[in-house]
Amino acid sequence: MSGFNFAYLDEQTKRMIRRAILKGVAVPGYQVPFASREMPMPYGWGTGGVQVTAACLTPDDTLKVIDQGADDTTNAVSIRKFFQRTAGVAVTERTAQATIIQTRHRIPEAALTADQILVYQVPIPEPLRFLEPRETETRRMHALQDYGLMHVKLYEDIARNGAIATAYAYPVKVEGRYVMDPSPIPKFDNPKLSNSPALQLFGAGREQRIYAVPPFTQVVSLDFDDFPFEASKAPHACDLCGDPGSYLDEVITDDQGGRMFVCSDTDHCTTRQAVGHRGRLSPQEAAQ
Amino acid sequence: MSDTPLLSVQDITKTYGARIGCTGVSFDLWPGEVMGIVGESGSGKSTLLGCMAGHLAPDSGRVVFDTRDSGPRDVLAMREPERRMLGRTDWAYVHQNPRDGLRMGVSAGGNVGERLMAVGARHYGQIREAASDWLQRVEIDTGRVDDKPRQFSGGMQQRLQIARNLVTGPRLVFMDEPTGGLDVSVQARLLDLLRGLVRQMGLSAVIVTHDLAVVRLLADRLMVMKDGRVIEQGLTDQVLDDPQHAYTQLLVSSVLQV
Repeated sequence: MSGFNFAYLDEQTKRMIRRAILKGVAVPGYQVPFASREMPMPYGWGTGGVQVTAACLTPDDTLKVIDQGADDTTNAVSIRKFFQRTAGVAVTERTAQATIIQTRHRIPEAALTADQILVYQVPIPEPLRFLEPRETETRRMHALQDYGLMHVKLYEDIARNGAIATAYAYPVKVEGRYVMDPSPIPKFDNPKLSNSPALQLFGAGREQRIYAVPPFTQVVSLDFDDFPFEASKAPHACDLCGDPGSYLDEVITDDQGGRMFVCSDTDHCTTRQAVGHRGRLSPQEAAQ
Repeated sequence: MSDTPLLSVQDITKTYGARIGCTGVSFDLWPGEVMGIVGESGSGKSTLLGCMAGHLAPDSGRVVFDTRDSGPRDVLAMREPERRMLGRTDWAYVHQNPRDGLRMGVSAGGNVGERLMAVGARHYGQIREAASDWLQRVEIDTGRVDDKPRQFSGGMQQRLQIARNLVTGPRLVFMDEPTGGLDVSVQARLLDLLRGLVRQMGLSAVIVTHDLAVVRLLADRLMVMKDGRVIEQGLTDQVLDDPQHAYTQLLVSSVLQV
């Protein structure tokens, strides 16, 4: 590959991003500003995540890219191709084989290891944004740990819906200090943020922020004493691999009300099917 | 009555460039006392209130508050977290326009509960109970606890703002024209409510207004300001019935008689 530096970004830019990452790791949950670059993709497609991945990649890495749990949707395919072309690194769809996983809106079902880095794409890094529009004020609130407002949001949820209806981007408190937006992952994934052996990095390109959850960091989802946090999912088993415990996507199959539930994590589902697990709607010949 | 003033304002001066906001203002406020500050527009009332409440930084002077834990302390020298804590526990600030003091996108219950949650309340049922209780005390139907403030009338919004401020049981309330923009019958009810709450909870208050009727009803003592200076102060009835300064005489005689 000529005409590009390794992994698209020039070395000075990667240095700048690595500095922001180091600072983020040193202060878990704190949003570090960084000079986000224009990337050859629109904002909202993971420009922040791509820059963090580019700064972390080495030629020996194996990259996996997830979009809403799937390896084969537009966003995942194009980012994977992007790094194949600009960095020439090995790519994989297997969670266990990857060393760097860039993800949009999911944490893989398979447990992560200490050798892996999970990079999240973040649209809006500020958890207080829709409660307090002024950036100067939200920064001061973080500095002073003035987080009462976050509970006002949860209060409103219960008052309106009878339960905490926030289902994704559920606010968490990192290591007892910063309140953080875990990016729009379903709240089902929130418990996996805590005490993970893998390094978790968050990049927001348009908003120019990087933050991090270092390995084995305590991450607590906010809640009320009488309305505790609940990691919810659709009350079904996967219709293809039969897993009762994985996070499910609902797929409408016809206009007669037919629907099926399948694992959102495609790698998890195919791995299970390969070792013989079957679900309600598995093809007949496979279920002999 | 205790022998330390709850709030002691000493020689507050605030200038905007060459213009004087307020200058050389000093007074003591005792527990349970209501102080009225009157004067025409631009006389420095709101600047003074802002300086006392920590919204503006005065150029010189001290604001000493008798804190619960560590006795009299200069509020202006406090660290920001301490001042914020004070601002949501022992202090309350009622804005003239309820839109400035309320979160318009958050339900009435959430508005009242915010201060509780900010000081660490984490039990939904108890927060809601406290919110309903306070709505009742300011004469808002508890059935409207989940309505947004923008669905309320102006008078109700102002009462909601008062509930939101008093829910943590503050000892000192700053009010900036609490009855401004309300029609007279609503004003009368609000004043009645305020007078009841102030007496019942033993609150101290500083009320800034240009409406002499408001201070006549609520305030024990009165300060008259003009051009950033205090020109006359004393017991409310004394100042209003026997004004000494020419400007106060003008002010008192300007009130329309019906």
